[in-house]
Amino acid sequence: MLRIHCPWCGARDEIEFRYRGDAAVRRPAADAGQEAFVSYVYQRENPLGWHLEWWLHAGGCRRLLKVLRHTVTHEIRWVRTAEEGQESADSAGPA
Amino acid sequence: MPSPPRVFPQATARARRSSGRYSLWRLLRAGLTGQRGWSQAWTKATPRPHYRVVIVGGGGHGLATAHYLATGHGITDVAVLERGAIGLGNVGRNTTIIRSNYFQPANIRFYEFSLKLWERLEHTLNFNMMVSQRGTLNLFHTEAQRDLFTRRANLMRLAGADAEALSREAVVKRVPLVDLDNGRFPVLGGFLQARGGTVRHDAVAWGYARAASEAGVDIVEHCEVTGLRQAGGRITGVETTHGFIGADTVCLAVAGHSSVLARMAGMELPLETHVLQAFVSEPLKPLINVVLTYGAGHFYINQSDKGGLVFGGAIDGYNTYGQRGTLPMVEEVTAAAVTLLPALARVKVLRQWGGVMDMTMDGSPIISRTPLEGLILNGGWCYGGFKAIPAGGFTTAHLIAHGQPHPLAAHLDLGRFAAGRTVDERGIGPAPWLH
Repeated sequence: MLRIHCPWCGARDEIEFRYRGDAAVRRPAADAGQEAFVSYVYQRENPLGWHLEWWLHAGGCRRLLKVLRHTVTHEIRWVRTAEEGQESADSAGPA
Repeated sequence: MPSPPRVFPQATARARRSSGRYSLWRLLRAGLTGQRGWSQAWTKATPRPHYRVVIVGGGGHGLATAHYLATGHGITDVAVLERGAIGLGNVGRNTTIIRSNYFQPANIRFYEFSLKLWERLEHTLNFNMMVSQRGTLNLFHTEAQRDLFTRRANLMRLAGADAEALSREAVVKRVPLVDLDNGRFPVLGGFLQARGGTVRHDAVAWGYARAASEAGVDIVEHCEVTGLRQAGGRITGVETTHGFIGADTVCLAVAGHSSVLARMAGMELPLETHVLQAFVSEPLKPLINVVLTYGAGHFYINQSDKGGLVFGGAIDGYNTYGQRGTLPMVEEVTAAAVTLLPALARVKVLRQWGGVMDMTMDGSPIISRTPLEGLILNGGWCYGGFKAIPAGGFTTAHLIAHGQPHPLAAHLDLGRFAAGRTVDERGIGPAPWLH
């Protein structure tokens, strides 16, 4: 059972959340071309290690959260609001 | 994590020993001499410096590919590299179900071909795999679901597979434990594929390993691939914990870890890795004589010949390489079990485990060439790789031998995502955690 520390609601069990996939993918510019969009829609890094991902707190505040979680140990390094997560991912990347 | 190199026993292709033909006569004869005189089923090979084909992954699909390469295409200069021991990966972790009740016509044809291979596989491989065509019974609980299942059954019959509708009465006659009138999801009926069933999964790995080894394939256990070497846009071999092994063609058959291996060639794949759990109960008297699936949740159950109820549900639902499950899905699966079969409420679960799998963006597998010349991918099996082992190995061997996809698996190429012809079995779209 994951315990996810929602910035709005505090630590809650994973059953309150809905997983929403890889948060490292970015929508390309409209004129980026087909290859960029195929990569955006389908290709995933799928790392064995730290993974940046979206979780929706569906059974709580209904906010979308950005979580950095390890895909083997399931350890969660941080949970941020979507906006904060975006800034930190822009500046430093998921590491 | 690379495992330390191991010292292998002195066994090479030249020293290969046959395990002989298995028969009732031999079993009886061995019974008179205390069951001595059985030799190792497959040779524990030491890798040579170069092979025509190196298959990474000694699971069901890797071993089946090696077998069909050797026996169907005369290519015996083949090594199967397995980082652990044969039979300890997903081939030995699944819930052993075989069936061909798919929706997409191309998928029905592929899985029906697999089912036909299963039907004669024990004779082909001279190995008792306990292939049991006890039937797979899918229950439906709403009228809309009945219509959907009817359409699927019609598509299956058009493609040459078998499917028949069962009334509520026929369902409860077949499985008296089913609670037809449970308050939330009353059972309206079911669809039976009588030719579906179960196979002893360990024996599948052992049978293919033995047959491939007899045909001249080197099966190398405890040999982990740590890198893929390429030159001029072509694969030239694999780096392993036993050093470099050259190869003209390398086939990845490592579902669950396909992304990890593909990254060694600088590629990203259209899939995510997720964990699926399975459960076995204490042994019981015969209770359930089909593979039964619950239509109001993701739950399937059958009874092994030892009496244990073997059951499972959906994937846990978030990316993980951890070969273990988490508790919310344990609760969901057991709740579904008790809703459908209330008599199981007091049954003890003996074991629970998890296997990690490639969940693709359309829920269908990948048997394909890759942008790197000479690198073949067999993966993306989602949670349905076991039933596909014979057809997967057969068509992958064809692709390696001819350089062109087998017609039955041509729709499973990597290019389908960019070309917009995904094979979305359940119509979910590119959200692997929902498939």
